[in-house]
Amino acid sequence: MSILNLDHLAANPLLPEVQEAMIEAIKMNYGNPSSQHQLGDEAAAALQQAREQVAGLINSPVLKEVVFTSSGTESVNHAVKGVAFANAEKGKHIVTSNIEHNAILRTLRALKMMDYKVTSVPVDEYGLINPSDVADAIREDTILVTIMHSNNEIGTIQPIEEIGRITQEKKVIFHCDAVDSVGVVPIDVQKLGVNLLSFAANQFYGPSGVGGLYIRRGTRIWPLLDGGVQENNKRAGTENLIGIIGMGVAAEFATREMDFRIKHTRKLKQKLTEGLQSRIKNIFINGHPELSLPNLVSVSVQYIEGEGIVLMLDEENIAVSTRSACAAGALQASHVLLSIGRDFADAQGTLVITFGRDTTESDIERFLEVLEEVVQTLRNMSPLYLKAMQEKAEGVALS
Amino acid sequence: MYSKTVMDHFKNPRNVGEMKDADGVGEVGNPICGDMMTIYIKVKDDYIDDISFLTFGCGAAIAVSSILTEMAKGKTIGEAQKINNKSVAAALEGLPKNKLHCSNLGADALQLAIRDYQDRKAGIVREGPKRSDKHEHHHGDACYCPYCDMEAEEDSPVCVNCGRELDEAH
Repeated sequence: MSILNLDHLAANPLLPEVQEAMIEAIKMNYGNPSSQHQLGDEAAAALQQAREQVAGLINSPVLKEVVFTSSGTESVNHAVKGVAFANAEKGKHIVTSNIEHNAILRTLRALKMMDYKVTSVPVDEYGLINPSDVADAIREDTILVTIMHSNNEIGTIQPIEEIGRITQEKKVIFHCDAVDSVGVVPIDVQKLGVNLLSFAANQFYGPSGVGGLYIRRGTRIWPLLDGGVQENNKRAGTENLIGIIGMGVAAEFATREMDFRIKHTRKLKQKLTEGLQSRIKNIFINGHPELSLPNLVSVSVQYIEGEGIVLMLDEENIAVSTRSACAAGALQASHVLLSIGRDFADAQGTLVITFGRDTTESDIERFLEVLEEVVQTLRNMSPLYLKAMQEKAEGVALS
Repeated sequence: MYSKTVMDHFKNPRNVGEMKDADGVGEVGNPICGDMMTIYIKVKDDYIDDISFLTFGCGAAIAVSSILTEMAKGKTIGEAQKINNKSVAAALEGLPKNKLHCSNLGADALQLAIRDYQDRKAGIVREGPKRSDKHEHHHGDACYCPYCDMEAEEDSPVCVNCGRELDEAH
């Protein structure tokens, strides 16, 4: 039986058209885009085409503003460290939020060791940031605000446009980590008012190993990698042309299919959310009910731990992800779930279900059926469940 | 990640469930990663006649509880007192090092259940099971990074091997 992939966030399948384009690119035996001979010209043209396709996806008006990188992680590192280093004389203060991805958290941790100061704004129970908190956190020496577009664990989409207006007014550079949004929901860098925006090809059915960083003209930033003059002097190193060509094709399809993909995944999300609520008692659906990614559902199942659920679903050939601390190798519960007010035990029983254009309604149906059984099996082993049921019975007896 | 024996006990756990007429109950809770185990024993002529468990925790925690009940069943109290977390892990053909921290508490719960049985026999009455929140987060003197299994330096906020943040309590 084939594996039902409900962990698209970890591994999106490549689009067949992307596969074909990349295989074709390998066969073309392209030269180096920086060379001045014909081999170089062909490669440069292919690179240019991919840049146009990617710029179209984020509505970047100037092609030079799109820089290819090796991953979303590199883009984030480039944006944050590049701005921090280039503007150190102006100040060393950075504003971020409590629910950022590790790529941001650990980049900021590294900067803290170099005497940068970080202010982190809180989120509400839905994982939403209040833009006025960001405004209040900006000081005289603030050089960067970095806020994610959507959260990879709960899907909540932040009011980036409003924050963009604040940073423009206060003349602070604004970076948006949009890795989980670009190619999934419409992103318009002009409308958002960002200086920098990070994204990755594997989130929209392109290859892993290719990312992008939008850098608005006039943004004071240093390269992360020093060397040659590639990528308009923004990112040295010979381009990963095959990957970039794959990203370009994936971007073009994402632009073209955007409406269909949103409609399709939104329908699945509704079915899944309703199915969870009707079939399984004592659960929380995490994230904002409307302002969230259409392709992600986060659910905390009370009284049991996530790793057990994932292992049992895997036995049934269903792949989902957990945010429980133990399965991820960490001993701490997810900072995102604790930030939105889940307690430790509930955070432990959290699944992140992500799906896409290839997922069907019957896939969701099958998942719900298997999950219901797995949850009951694990709850029957759980002392927390027994206690909760006993308390409930006592409550009924008392009333 | 897990051995075949661990997966077998996780998928087909033995002796699951509450025991209403238990002679001894031991409960262990782990405040750091949230694992909880309850062990119930029924004692007949100084033998562990029946044993069962309830566990909230990861796959390793469930496998630990399951194999522990098999190891203890039919043993005399004296023999069962010799079962420790190390022998449980060995019977499971090993556990990942970070799981030794948090998940391998079954033997502690069993020892508490035995003491609960002995206390009851001696006429000590308490409300609820004998429980402990004590959590040993060390293996001897060394402490291991939960992410990469390498020995962690004392007082270091990050693991020198993999660079990831370590819990303050490490």
